[in-house]
Amino acid sequence: MGMTIAEKIIAAAAGVEVVKPGDIHTVELDRLMSNDGTTHLTIDMYNKLKNPRIADVNKLVWIVDHNVPCDSVKTAASHKKMRDFAKEHNIQFYEGAGVCHQVMMENHVTSGELIFGADSHTCAYGAVGAFGTGVGCTDYLYAMVTGKSWLLVPETLKFHLTGKLKEGVYARDLILSIIGMIGANGANYMAMEFSGEGLKTLRMSDRICICNLCVEAGAKTALMEVDEIALDYLKEHGREPKHVFQSDADAHFAKVYEIDLATIKPIVAKPHFVDSVVDAKECVGTKIDQAFLGSCNNGRIEDLRVGAKLIQGKKVHPLVRFLVVPASAAVYRQALEEGIIDTFMEAGAIVMNPNCSVCWGSCQGVIGEGEVLVSTGTRNFKGRAGHKDSFVYLASAATVTASAIKGVIATADML
Amino acid sequence: MNQFTGKIWILGDDIDTDIIIPTEYLALKTVQDMAPYAFSPLRPELAGQIKEGDIIVAGKNFGCGSSREQAPEIIKALGIQCVIAKSFARIFFRNAINNGLLLIENDQLQDAVKEGEEITVILNKAIEYHENQYPITSLPQNLVDILNAGGLVKAMQKLNSAKDCTI
Repeated sequence: MGMTIAEKIIAAAAGVEVVKPGDIHTVELDRLMSNDGTTHLTIDMYNKLKNPRIADVNKLVWIVDHNVPCDSVKTAASHKKMRDFAKEHNIQFYEGAGVCHQVMMENHVTSGELIFGADSHTCAYGAVGAFGTGVGCTDYLYAMVTGKSWLLVPETLKFHLTGKLKEGVYARDLILSIIGMIGANGANYMAMEFSGEGLKTLRMSDRICICNLCVEAGAKTALMEVDEIALDYLKEHGREPKHVFQSDADAHFAKVYEIDLATIKPIVAKPHFVDSVVDAKECVGTKIDQAFLGSCNNGRIEDLRVGAKLIQGKKVHPLVRFLVVPASAAVYRQALEEGIIDTFMEAGAIVMNPNCSVCWGSCQGVIGEGEVLVSTGTRNFKGRAGHKDSFVYLASAATVTASAIKGVIATADML
Repeated sequence: MNQFTGKIWILGDDIDTDIIIPTEYLALKTVQDMAPYAFSPLRPELAGQIKEGDIIVAGKNFGCGSSREQAPEIIKALGIQCVIAKSFARIFFRNAINNGLLLIENDQLQDAVKEGEEITVILNKAIEYHENQYPITSLPQNLVDILNAGGLVKAMQKLNSAKDCTI
């Protein structure tokens, strides 16, 4: 029996020839990412160990992105703890560089690696064929101290893509459609693998967006077949692949889905679940108070270009706050160079520094009681963006921008 | 045979980590400070009603969402003995075991029980409710070892001290 990409990465990391779903293996980790959401807790636990040590400091990357710049004295203390520890132990440290997963994609991740991130959206790294998976701070601590962890080999769901997305339809619409189809726990404990001719029509920004959101279907990781587009991306960023794995022809998949990209339509996920997806047209007319274009899911230059093109020469609706948050400093500077930031500001948008922003409901842009947010963020859980009685609709950069202009949920073809 | 009895609280499907502990309370200093706000977007009164030894019975995909480890820590801090759900989201599952919080999967119990009543959990065997028994499977040994040690950090310390290499 052959193996899937996920199985091959685990086998390599465990130093064994063959693994199969359900096996538990001790694995050597290639990289360990942690952000200001929980790093302070990891440090507290680390300091309580009798003889604390770090297995390989070169594997650690720490990124302040959830509350940057700091919003309170409490957060300042937690950041200081993280900053001081990183300095003392010579840990690679970023602050203000962007949302952790975008920073990781731009600077660190490569094909065939096994990466733990103390953040659920670590599965984004599958865009270059890396096995990224989210863990809590205790798992992180264990991996940081020992360099290893245990993994249950997941079953793999295969998504075989054909065709091409239509004009005005985006990767965000595709992954929301898939989550709607399989449900919020449709891939629980599983790997989601993407391949097929359709994959070749998707750019790196699309691929990161798709892999990033797979955790909203419960996935342990997401993996895309590495092709020229992925290899070119790595080359442009000065990195070599560790392994380039493909699933064997006789690999076992729990299920195979055939998806024709041309059938995908603009989608909205309604409050309060990511799998509550409907045709965007069904939500048209819903009054909004705020729109958000950003996050590790949709804050890349390609997303900002989509928004800027739509809003050029138009204005943000007077009753709407439109937050535009580039996913990294590199994206921000590229947007400045292209005049995109100017376009958004001319239209009346609030452009902010790269951070997680309202996607995680802290720091900046939280919404009040009864308010409605249309967002390219990752989640729409009850209370996620602020008050427990507020409402979040998830959509593509195009739908979010069109809604910011109209003051109600709108699709780009209505402008 | 290891068994225990507790009063049950019933929750639905897809109880996410933002429901278990909303972002705004994560800045509080300790898990004990956060515990009164557990489940507040859904049932603000619940955290105050839960007593030591109670059991949560929930639907599918319990703990979906973020990797915030405060979620299982808070449930443990409230005194919950174990959470029984139709299924658990995987990051929450690892985090709970790593913090010594027992989780049990059962896909029938939630539809059968009434809130406020008692159930008895017979580990690795079954859950008893009135005259009915609901079979449960046992956890893999490596997870049992972590739970028995009281969480992953303690298990790691135990493992390392055994090798005369104290962490």
